[in-house]
Amino acid sequence: MDANVIYILWKRQLIRYSRSKSRMIGSIAQPLLFLFALGLGFSSVFQQAGQGNYFQFLTPGIISMAILFTAIFTGIEIIWDRQFGFLKETLVAPVSRLEIMIGRTLGGATVASLQGIIVMIIALLVGFVPQSLLMIPVAFAFMFLIATLFAAIGTAIASRLEDMQGFQLIMNFIVMPLFFLSGALFPLAGLPQVVGIISKVDLLSYGVDGIRSALTGVSYFGFAVDFAVLGVSTAVCLAIGSYLFSKMQI
Amino acid sequence: MEEKFIIQVENLTKKFGDFTAVNDISFKVKTGEIFAFLGPNGAGKTTTIKMLTTLLTPTSGNIHINGFNSVTKQDDARRSFGIVFQDPSLDDELTAYENMEYHGVLYKIPKDTRKKRIEEMLKFVELWNRKNELVKNFSGGMKRRLEIARGLLHHPKIFFLDEPTLGLDPQTRNHIWEYIQKLNKEEGTTIFFTTHYMEEADKVSNIIAIIDGGKIITQGTAEELKVKTKTTSLEDAFISLTGKQIREEEVSGADRMRMRRRMFNRMRR
Repeated sequence: MDANVIYILWKRQLIRYSRSKSRMIGSIAQPLLFLFALGLGFSSVFQQAGQGNYFQFLTPGIISMAILFTAIFTGIEIIWDRQFGFLKETLVAPVSRLEIMIGRTLGGATVASLQGIIVMIIALLVGFVPQSLLMIPVAFAFMFLIATLFAAIGTAIASRLEDMQGFQLIMNFIVMPLFFLSGALFPLAGLPQVVGIISKVDLLSYGVDGIRSALTGVSYFGFAVDFAVLGVSTAVCLAIGSYLFSKMQI
Repeated sequence: MEEKFIIQVENLTKKFGDFTAVNDISFKVKTGEIFAFLGPNGAGKTTTIKMLTTLLTPTSGNIHINGFNSVTKQDDARRSFGIVFQDPSLDDELTAYENMEYHGVLYKIPKDTRKKRIEEMLKFVELWNRKNELVKNFSGGMKRRLEIARGLLHHPKIFFLDEPTLGLDPQTRNHIWEYIQKLNKEEGTTIFFTTHYMEEADKVSNIIAIIDGGKIITQGTAEELKVKTKTTSLEDAFISLTGKQIREEEVSGADRMRMRRRMFNRMRR
């Protein structure tokens, strides 16, 4: 492993992110819309059902949403790199495919985490109250973990796609279900059995739960389970992503 | 140890399903030579270059680049060559300098040398004063020059150029060949290039190989090819060797994307 190689790949992702203001704004606008529309719209129903403050409940879910969308997208960006020829430049270089994969994924994960942090800051400004400031770093750890996980999944998917045509399919059949069934919008306790099982398979559920318990103290699976599931699945997805990426033909 | 033949290809074959793109070709390129690799569209040129540069794995056969087997000693082979691809391969969102730096780090050039070399190469292609501009604002010719500078950054022994002058005006084309010939003369860098401009191949190359239907049909100097076909220009020799028929090309996903990209760029302009 060459740290310089990983660093320059990481840096490239951050430079590109910092230069594309429209993308930055675009991928924050959607989560904020969800946060305000749903947060305000459901707050009285949620309160009446005895579940407490919906805005408090929803914020960790929307942070996860911002991270999920951005992370998957940074993985998919490999298709752009291929389309715009830049991938060839990287692939003829004397570096291992694993280094390329790790550098890219960490870069994408950092960008996605930054998006999550921006959403969090905006939520804090408009009245979200974390249970304890000491737990915020724990929330960051979960945010980075799911960012890495979904950036790796995005890369794995992108390695199998020829062009951007499949992107809509991925949004509708992978990203949206991951988000809606993760407990980002509603509590997982007391769900109908089928939905309950699906949400336990949905890896994002553990990220939402981890962030939520760090920020608000409400937990469904418990820290240990969240962390174990995410840690193992991130490692596995990185391995699968690297393998598929190494098989990618130009 | 200096290899006499810097590129050695033995019985190289590449199949995509039932289709044989490159069919059992063998050739050698001498160190320090300017080698032109010509052929009609779809003849197997780009597939061959992709195999020579480790982007594609051969179905069978052997390639030695600077003495290193391109499959088993991949990274050593990769360090030995630089390449300018047929299509642009720069990151448009980065500056010229950042593109160079990215390349330098991937090729593990130490920091001090890297800085010096980047300056040297950007001056060589006359882009030093625009080093901090985003590549997306560059013209086609400037992008090509930048790609040449980048491909040479790590001092490769072999320089592959896949249609380096495609779509450029005659001024820029001349300019680019000047750089390349200078490089060949002063550094002894072996040049391996493809082109559809026969007069370029005639003027620049020491030796020409013509590939058609995945087979190398002839190899020799421009003069030898003209004598052999009893023609006076390389263009006539080429047509006499490969026939007049226009080739149908199998379009791959990557090509489709390239076409779309070109259309997209044209629309932007």
